This record gives sequence, structure tokens and C-alpha cells, in this order.
Amino acid sequence: MKTAIVFENVTKSYPIYHHITSGFKNLLLNLPKALREMKSQSFTAIEAISFSIQKGETVAFLGKNGAGKSTTLGLIAGVIRPNEGQVNILGRVSPLLELGGGFHGDLTGIENIQLNGVLLGLSRKQVAEKINSIVEFSELGDFINQPVRTYSSGMMARLGFSVVAHLDPEILLIDEVLAVGDAGFQRKCVAKMQEFKQQGVTIILVTHSSADVERLCDRVIWIENHRIKMDGPTQQVLPIYNSSNG
Amino acid sequence: MTKFSHTIDMTIELLRKEFRVRYKQLALGYVWSIASPLTYAALYYFVFKMIFEVKTPNYPLFLVAGLFPWQWLTNSISAGAMTFYGNASLIKKTLFPRYLISLVVAVQDMIHFIVSLPIIIAMILFMDVKMTGAWLWALPALLIIQFAITYSLNLLTATINLFFRDLERLVQLAMTFLFYMTPVLYAETMIPDRFRHLIIIHPIAPLIISWRHLFLGEPIQMAYLASSFVWASALLLVSQYTYNKLQWRFAEVL
Repeated sequence: MKTAIVFENVTKSYPIYHHITSGFKNLLLNLPKALREMKSQSFTAIEAISFSIQKGETVAFLGKNGAGKSTTLGLIAGVIRPNEGQVNILGRVSPLLELGGGFHGDLTGIENIQLNGVLLGLSRKQVAEKINSIVEFSELGDFINQPVRTYSSGMMARLGFSVVAHLDPEILLIDEVLAVGDAGFQRKCVAKMQEFKQQGVTIILVTHSSADVERLCDRVIWIENHRIKMDGPTQQVLPIYNSSNG
Repeated sequence: MTKFSHTIDMTIELLRKEFRVRYKQLALGYVWSIASPLTYAALYYFVFKMIFEVKTPNYPLFLVAGLFPWQWLTNSISAGAMTFYGNASLIKKTLFPRYLISLVVAVQDMIHFIVSLPIIIAMILFMDVKMTGAWLWALPALLIIQFAITYSLNLLTATINLFFRDLERLVQLAMTFLFYMTPVLYAETMIPDRFRHLIIIHPIAPLIISWRHLFLGEPIQMAYLASSFVWASALLLVSQYTYNKLQWRFAEVL
């Protein structure tokens, strides 16, 4: 087995930026204090987290809002960097699949597919070849030519998942997207993810749905208070997680 | 697929997005992009020619020759505040080179300038000003220099504005200040002698003066061209350095 993702003692804290964003006047009036606070005040999103994920594993990150799941996903995607520790990623990472993230409201579904496909690593030619299949997968019908701002959250999720499903990723990141689709589309997504899984794609899922975790994931990493509380096979971790959050 | 060809593909798609978004909301996008400098030109003509009675010959062409490049400059720089904020979801979600968004803003404003050139040429022909051979080399040279300056200033504003939001207001003030401190409404020859030697180190004036020399059929001065080239290179370096230092924190602050 090859390793796909390694976190070694990873800590990520965000400086609290409001001292700068609160304005020029405040900054000037309290300059020494503001500078000191900018350095000292920070919010720790994850603290000394270590794990390693093998190629082809399907792993769910569970935990309350604000526990640090999305930060972990952001670190895997490479859009943020750790303050301490090492993050090693081996393979092409698909983006964070977040509801409506990355879409422009004034562009139509088709236009968003063209933009997103290219930004997510495909060439324009590849997007042109795949676009019919993406549209078909989304089942959005005539809405595909409507501006995305007219979409419901479920339609947005359809569009997002349809693009990602055609990316040919090695590591797939999925953040809270299955929750909003209707049952039919959810089944389709799960089927697609199982297909990816069989092809050996590493899948990272962030969700609140125990059902999805049970259907898809081999392993659960439970994050609480910015640290790993439990890490192990789904059938072992999930019941304990459910009983403590039920 | 090479990295370079993918960068080109991303630039094309981002540019298409900018045009779609802009023209969907403003169906008369092209008209607006020339209406604004022309309106200002008419206004300044009234104030300075009719009321102050300036002696500058061909004053309407003189105004347009300075105002069109100025409009390009000020549009790109004012857009800086929103360049990254307006694309927050893309930046937070994916890992494409963020500077491309700035590049696309600068390209789009350059295209607007180029498509407004026929208006200037029509005025040149109408007013019987001669079009010199300098058009062949000075036009592309000035386009490239101004493109580098607008891109750099947009990138710099966009980057710093993420960490210091009040920059937006400072930039607005600075642009108004710079407008009157740049010979757009008046000729550089009207500047008192004791200040005139400073023009050569002015960041924008040599560029605007060179555009005007070109459009008014006067000889291009190499010293001015060289000065704006030096400014363009310096701004490119400074903005790229700042961007490289801060870009990995963009997703955190958005």
C-alpha cells in the first residue's frame, strides 16, 4: 500500500485579523498595541494532529462545527499552510467540494462548468469533450442555461458534484455536499464515489451524516476540540461517536 | 498538457468570465467604457476652454489623448480592491495561481482601451492632425508599459487590501491626488520651471505625456519612455514580491 496523505504534528492557527481590518484610525491610534496583539492573538483550529492515509482509503472526518474538519481539508487541498508540522500529499487533489463554492452566480451552469473545469486542472479541450457528460450527470435539464444564482442549494450541489465526478482525481475531497441533494441524486453520488473507490481513488469525506459514513467509509477520524479524539475502522468509531453525540 | 498551456487556458476562461459578468449586467458595456472618458472630456472642455480659456491648441483631442489612457489606469487600480474579494469562493476552494485574476482585470481594461482607439483616431483625422510613423512602434511599446503598470498596481492593491481593508479608501484619495498632479488636463509645458524637472521621476506623467505626444503627432521623447519603462519594471518587481510573500494566506483572510 502506498501512502497518499501524511500529517505529522500539524498545528494550524489563524491570527485574529480584526485589528487590521477594523480600520486605519484604530491601527494608527494603537499602533504598538495593535502590532503586539496581531502577533499574540490567534485562534488554533487544529493542534498537533498526526495521521496517515493510504492510497485508496475512504476516510470520514467527523466532529462538531468548528472542531477543525474544514481546516484539515483546506490543508489537504493546499489552499492553506500549517504553522507547525508537516503535510505531505502524494497525488492530484480535487478541490474542496463545498456547497456553491467556486461558482459565479451570474454565469449559467454551462459557463460555470467551463470555468471550474479549467481551474480545477482540466484543459479547455478536455472540458469541451466532457461537458455533455457533465450536464447529463447533473440532470439539471434546461436549468443548465440559467444563471446559477437562480439555483436551489440542491441544484448547486448537483452541479458541483457533476464537475468533480469528471475530474479524474487521485484524492477526492468532499465537504458537506451530500446532505442537500434529493434521495435520487444522493444515490447517484454514492454510486459514483463507490466507482472512484474501486478505481483506487483516495476519498476524504467531511459530513454529519452517519448513514453516509456507514455506506462509504472504511475509516473514521473523529476530531474534537481541535485534536483527534479517535481514529479507527468505521464500525469501531462510529457507534461511540453516535452515542456521545446522540 | 504543459503547465504553460494550462495557464493560458485558465487565463482565457477567467477572461471570458469577466466579460460575461460585466456585459450581462451592462448590455451597453462598450458604450459605457467610452462614454465615461468622453463625458469627462466634454466637462473639462467646458470648464477649461470656455471658462478658463486655456490656449492649448486642439484642446478636445488633447483632453481625450490624456483621459483615455488615464481611464484605463484608474479603472484597473480601483478594481484592485475587489479583485480578490470578488473571487473569494474560487480562491478558498481551489489552488489555481491567484495572480491570474489580476492579470485578467488588466487585460480586460487594456482591451477596452484598444477598442476605444478608433474614437481617438477619428478625432485625429477630423482635426487634421498627422499620424506619424511612431504609431508602429510606440503604440505597442506604450501598451506593454501601461499594461505592466496597471497589472502591477492592481495586484499590489488587491493583495494588500486583503490584509488592510482601508487601503481601498486610501487608493481612491491617492488616485484623485495623482490625477491633478499628472499633466492630463494641462500640458507639461505649463508646469512652472522649478517643478518641471521632476516630471521625469513622476510614476505616471511620462506615460501620459508619451501617449499624448503620439496622438497629437508630436515626437516621442525617449527619456519619458525610458522613465515609464523603469517604473513599470520596478512596480512589477515590488508587486510580484509582495504577492509571493502573502499569497499563501489569501484563503485564510477571505
